[in-house]
Amino acid sequence: MNSTARTIMPAHLLILVWALLCAMFAPVASAQLRIEVIGGGATQIPVAIVPFRAEDGLAQKLTPVIAANLARSGLFRLVDAGGMNPVPHEPEQVNYPQWRARGADAVVIGAVSKAADGRYDIRFRVLDAAKQTQIAGFVYFATESQLRLTAHRISDVIYERLTGDPGVFATRITYVAKRGSRFELQVADADGFGAQTVLSSNEPIISPAWSPDGNRLAYVSFEDKKPVVYVQSLLTGERRAVANFRGSNSAPAWSPDGRRLAVTLTRDGGSQIYLINADGSGAPQRLTQSAAIDTEANFSPDGQSILFTSDRGGGPQIYRIPVGGGAAQRITFEGSYNVSPRHSPDGKSFTFIQRNGGRFNVAVQDIATRQVQVLTDGGIDESPSFAPNGRVILYATEVRGRGILAAVSSDGRIRQRFTADAGDVREPAWSPVVSK
Amino acid sequence: MKRLILIPALLSMLAACSSTPTKDQDAAAVEDRSGGAVAATPAQKPQSPAAGPVTKPLQPSTVSANPLKDPANILSKRSIYFELDSNVVREEFKPVVAAHARYLQQNRGVKMTIQGHADERGSREYNLALGQRRADAVKQAMQLLGASAEQIETVSFGEEKPKATGHDEASWAENRRADLAYPND
Repeated sequence: MNSTARTIMPAHLLILVWALLCAMFAPVASAQLRIEVIGGGATQIPVAIVPFRAEDGLAQKLTPVIAANLARSGLFRLVDAGGMNPVPHEPEQVNYPQWRARGADAVVIGAVSKAADGRYDIRFRVLDAAKQTQIAGFVYFATESQLRLTAHRISDVIYERLTGDPGVFATRITYVAKRGSRFELQVADADGFGAQTVLSSNEPIISPAWSPDGNRLAYVSFEDKKPVVYVQSLLTGERRAVANFRGSNSAPAWSPDGRRLAVTLTRDGGSQIYLINADGSGAPQRLTQSAAIDTEANFSPDGQSILFTSDRGGGPQIYRIPVGGGAAQRITFEGSYNVSPRHSPDGKSFTFIQRNGGRFNVAVQDIATRQVQVLTDGGIDESPSFAPNGRVILYATEVRGRGILAAVSSDGRIRQRFTADAGDVREPAWSPVVSK
Repeated sequence: MKRLILIPALLSMLAACSSTPTKDQDAAAVEDRSGGAVAATPAQKPQSPAAGPVTKPLQPSTVSANPLKDPANILSKRSIYFELDSNVVREEFKPVVAAHARYLQQNRGVKMTIQGHADERGSREYNLALGQRRADAVKQAMQLLGASAEQIETVSFGEEKPKATGHDEASWAENRRADLAYPND
């Protein structure tokens, strides 16, 4: 990318997104997930994050959030940014040889001030310590409640400019928390903060799936004493049963254009995969035709094919079928139990759960070469899904009988564990990138 | 729930109902006694009004008019257990399936739901489908015995509603089951 001063200004667009996000999530304090990192990347980029000018006065300081994000990714090493005189906030204040002496490849500086309309004016720059040039520079305008999101957006810029991959710090995750006999569908920031309950029920909730625009969740609720697929707007909280046919209705998966869902229905006998409209209109169109179980559909990013789990060959294995109909083709062959396929964002591979002995592990298979890499060695891993940049896989696991969320980098090197204050957490899914 | 009306004299039967399904002798004992109870409930022996004094045994006071809720009736048995990775209705549960099939055949207006379940191991959605397959197997057996397809809806709870919450084979065996539910349960 062009690394010269591409200064400032997608701001009005950002403000619109922020306004929507704020409408979605009025601030509510809730139990938070804490993240603990195990392992690290083969090469970590040394970066110094200098506290921004005047951020001490903010309700939410920015640079601690940014530093925690980068460290948690496993791809960065934080270089001590203390003791510089003067503390640099502008490019001309940066003493590059000193940063090189500390081992920093990149230095992040910034400043906060009040804009005329009362919002905060937050400007920051990413500097290349070796070349002594600016890699990126942006200004954001944010209200107090938008400070944390701003820190995530700044983290995304730093991550993208230094690794070449899009950052996913400004995205969110959803999961189901079980507290006593209550089931809560929650949405939190990707760093586990700001968890909010979007649905609470006395009956189980499973299989939440984000719409491609990040504004809706499809999920399965058992509130009617049977599994029914709902779609709920995160903007309005409104929801609708979109698959409530005789028998069981489950395993919703969005088409990439957000207009259709693949679901598993038993209305014609046996669990089979159907396509329905995401608003629940019209008649379901049957996609698979087998006397076996066909379930857990997942669209390829190009919308042309679907991966699913089927036990038509005996044990459960992963198959692929064209969305337009046609023959299903088996694509997993190692092991006797392969389930829960989810495509990578580039469509070249998929993650799934493979049983090895009595263990259930997260694995990745390359679609073209069929090469399988098992990424975890835990006991009972479930429900893997890729982060929208394809670098991390989020999944559910169990520690001492309690469900927690965990993440592993797609090369298996970096692990994260999300620990909740209480209860049992399962069924995670990572949101798409909403918009830049 | 239906179990609230049980009296202590019948608790042994309750134990048989909820114990692990491997105890064949328990199931057999329940089958014999309830067979007698089913026969006694309807007024099948009209007596001549001219006959002399008749002695009558004291009836248990809790016998309900509804055979589905009569703990002495096999129709109060509602769970069918399965082996690992299996949807075959085992021999010991065939009398239960047969009794409910007969009940549906004799009461065409009655509808029921069969709720399939699975143990906790593996994918939640695949387990949901396994539970569905178990419910479907029970439905098919009941259809062969005279129930009609329209009377039975099969659904699955997968691993989401375990009867036993342990993480061992004894608990898993309790959770691989199909439950029979009537609208007024």
